[in-house]
Amino acid sequence: MSLVKQFTKGFFRENPILVLLIGMCPTLATTTSAINGLGMGIATTFVLTCSNVVISLLAKYIPDKVRIPSFIVVIASFVTIVDLVMQASVPDLYETLGIFIPLIVVNCIVLARAEAFASKNKLLPSFLDGLGMGLGFTMALGILGTIREILGSGSVFGFKFIKGDGILVFILAPGAFIALGYLIAFINKIRKA
Amino acid sequence: MAKIESSLKNMILSLTLIALGASAALGFVYEVTKQPIERTKLNKKLEAIKAVVPSFDNNPDQEMFRLPTGEGDSLEIFPARKGNEIIGYAVRTSTQKGFSGYIGIMVGFSPDGTIINTNVLDQKETPGLGTKMTEPAFKDQFNGKNPAVFKMKVKKDGGEVDAITAATISSRAFCDALERAYNTLKKGGLI
Repeated sequence: MSLVKQFTKGFFRENPILVLLIGMCPTLATTTSAINGLGMGIATTFVLTCSNVVISLLAKYIPDKVRIPSFIVVIASFVTIVDLVMQASVPDLYETLGIFIPLIVVNCIVLARAEAFASKNKLLPSFLDGLGMGLGFTMALGILGTIREILGSGSVFGFKFIKGDGILVFILAPGAFIALGYLIAFINKIRKA
Repeated sequence: MAKIESSLKNMILSLTLIALGASAALGFVYEVTKQPIERTKLNKKLEAIKAVVPSFDNNPDQEMFRLPTGEGDSLEIFPARKGNEIIGYAVRTSTQKGFSGYIGIMVGFSPDGTIINTNVLDQKETPGLGTKMTEPAFKDQFNGKNPAVFKMKVKKDGGEVDAITAATISSRAFCDALERAYNTLKKGGLI
């Protein structure tokens, strides 16, 4: 597979959210607004890219039987780095995302890419794979967050365009499922067409 | 690609090295971010105090003391002074009765016990419903009220507080936190 394809597959063909349907928990929970979705996506992209790079470099030196604990240590370190850096630089966003930042550790996308891709591939493809998957994830979260924010609070990136409230259910958990369901149905439709 | 054999020695060695590398990196990032994080936290606290008591010229954070609530824990009290005169107390109060548990509120009292202003510090209430407690439409109704005469309960419970529509539990929790702050100050003999 060409390097370009390694990078672009995360956006559409193998988009973790819209096609593979993995990493649903942070997706549903953090996309109450466009900015939250994007923030979560970018944090995950950083972790995914860095852990893919490090794991592709280390894979040769890690005995098979301890590969999962090793991957987890690497991933958890990057998550803690993101956690501290966000706390220092964007405290407001950090507060809204709350527990979901530390929980990137157990986001199955990160471990799945480490196990299925980075541990078997060289540095450059792993880097592109992590970046592509991460940006695909960010894109999906951004779209979902924007939809939910428009319908739920009548605003885009915090700018209100209607008076009063939107359709509240879209801000709540059921709205996340509804919006994601329609989004996936839409993507499936154009994929098949 | 020749894989390293999964012998005990190799496993211990590789895991130890990875953990060492990881902790070194974390230690470094921790050192770098420590000060900015502390500064943000302190600023946030000072901003919250400034928002709830009239302009002061001391450093309430340094004069902070704790008062027992009588329920087994204590609240942080930040006295605000102008010259030598106490012009108000900012109380960092909280409740566990929110719709999603913990709610932290900074509330300012003048020395006669009147609520000056409130500022919600931490809440995880339902977006669009309970989160309205941070908006003036709800929280400003407490300003200028003295809990000694003002019935700190939502109207549904026979009080005088206009609850947030569809968020009675959050409104009750808000009252609960304010009442705890007032009672604590009262018990401490400050108002």
